[in-house]
Amino acid sequence: MRIHCPLCGARDRREFSYKGAALVRPLAAAESEAWHAYVNLRENPAGPLAELWYHEMGCGSWLQVTRDTVNHTVSEVVLARDAALGAGV
Amino acid sequence: MRFSGWRVLKEGLTGNRGWGPQWRDPEPKREYDVVIIGGGGHGLATAYYLAAEHGIINIAVLEKGYLGGGNVGRNTTIVRANYYLPGNSEFYSHSLRLWEGLEQELNYNAMMSQRGMINLFHNDGQRDAIVRRGNAIINQGDDAELLDQDAVRRLVPYLNFDNNRFPIMGGLLQRRAGTARHDAVAWGFARGADMRGVDLIQNCEVTGIDVEGGRVTGVQTARGPIRAKKVALAAAGRSSQVAALAGLTLPIESHVLQAFVTEGIKPLVDHVVTFAEGHLYISQSDKGGLVFGSYLDFYSSYAARGNLPMVEHTMETCLAMVPAISKARLLRSWGGIMDMTPDGSPIIDHSPIAGLYLNCGWCYGGFKATPGSGNAYAHLIATDRPHGAAAKFRLDRFSTGHGLMDEEGTGAQHNLH
Ligand SMILES: Cc1cc2nc3c(=O)[nH]c(=O)nc-3n(C[C@H](O)[C@H](O)[C@H](O)COP(=O)(O)OP(=O)(O)OC[C@H]3O[C@@H](n4cnc5c(N)ncnc54)[C@H](O)[C@@H]3O)c2cc1C
Ligand SMILES: [Zn+2]
Repeated sequence: MRIHCPLCGARDRREFSYKGAALVRPLAAAESEAWHAYVNLRENPAGPLAELWYHEMGCGSWLQVTRDTVNHTVSEVVLARDAALGAGV
Repeated sequence: MRFSGWRVLKEGLTGNRGWGPQWRDPEPKREYDVVIIGGGGHGLATAYYLAAEHGIINIAVLEKGYLGGGNVGRNTTIVRANYYLPGNSEFYSHSLRLWEGLEQELNYNAMMSQRGMINLFHNDGQRDAIVRRGNAIINQGDDAELLDQDAVRRLVPYLNFDNNRFPIMGGLLQRRAGTARHDAVAWGFARGADMRGVDLIQNCEVTGIDVEGGRVTGVQTARGPIRAKKVALAAAGRSSQVAALAGLTLPIESHVLQAFVTEGIKPLVDHVVTFAEGHLYISQSDKGGLVFGSYLDFYSSYAARGNLPMVEHTMETCLAMVPAISKARLLRSWGGIMDMTPDGSPIIDHSPIAGLYLNCGWCYGGFKATPGSGNAYAHLIATDRPHGAAAKFRLDRFSTGHGLMDEEGTGAQHNLH
């Protein structure tokens, strides 16, 4: 599996480490239910999933990668910064 | 049909013409008291214990493929009771005791082999952790023995003791741990359930769960609708998808775990041995193949096969620990889909929907749980009260934060357990 880093180009999966589903982080003051959903609950689809990967052995960027969990086809990669996941819910 | 030595002898002398099918292949009825979704180890064991211990026999087990085609037939077959945290500790202890009487109870040869398991340690920190774990195991009433390097050498001389990075300092031995033939466990429970009247229905994918007024009323399947008073999930790696049919979101991510087997070689590995550096477990099957595995692939996956970097990693670790097998050829490798929870421990509980029960989150340790899980889940379904040995496997521990059982201490990250 290869991931196309927007800064470094196509790189082997071994250069990256995995965080999990890319979810919008709740605001610090959000209800505990929102935090529970963020920390624990997962849609866990068999199909396309937006997730966070870290280009650990490359440029050190966090990426939002859209990957099919059945056949590992990567359809989109953007910098996590641009995915605005810290916006709060 | 009862199996016995006498029967095997008689059939052997008469051309083996007297063996019949070991379970029926019934058409689904329109209604059952209990419908179990998933004909893996846990679903089949649940059906067996519901019938054998609670007298509930109007049950269907609905399996989308064939019985035992899921993880129960894909694992590395290790059975043990060496957990550390309360909750897990008493449950796996209960399960191991059930394993010990299982073959007599089912009248089925599950090739249960208590060959002993040795968890190696390679540095002082690991030694301290293993001593602490050993004490917890003994307090629970199970067996654990601390071995120094010489004692490990006497038992498993073929290891690379003087590995510069990961010298083997000693190990923790659990003599009652071992392996069982995974398919036979599924078949034994299937036969036991069928003999008591349970309908085992294969090629029957559940495609919908019917809920009316907050109570479950039945399921939609590839073989038509089936009504049910109670519906029990036992779909392992597919738990999230089955729960979604009832509108539920679970604290589960699905990940692939791989397993490997070499060509058959002469007897070498008499125990189950686990290495703490690089994480690897190895045993030898009765056919002679070395069976081993290591980590998850690390990213969520529904592909029932693994990635090559993990194959390479596993081979490297294996050869670092057992250089002697470098010339053995790898025959096969495969993967299975694991239902990973944020604390690495399972769930056996009610769901928010009346009459719908959850059994999931077994991660990569659910084979040894098979009898215990079926036994405890049957108790919950029949009595609506948790079984004493599984009372801490609650769904709400994730939302409340009370009673989390994070054996690895890695925090709320599904792929790290
Ligand atoms: C490579 C590997 C090694 C492992 N090693 C060990 C080990 O050494 N020790 C250990 O204790 N555990 C081990 N495990 C874990 C263990 O195998 C699992 O935790 C356990 O088997 C899961 O429970 P099960 O047997 O009920 O699952 P499964 O056998 O997967 O049963 C679930 C069933 O549900 C069915 N299903 C799914 N969706 C539907 C639907 N919609 N309708 C109808 N049916 C459906 C599936 O087809 C499947 O047959 C390992 C797993 C793997 C993959
Ligand atoms: Zn990069």
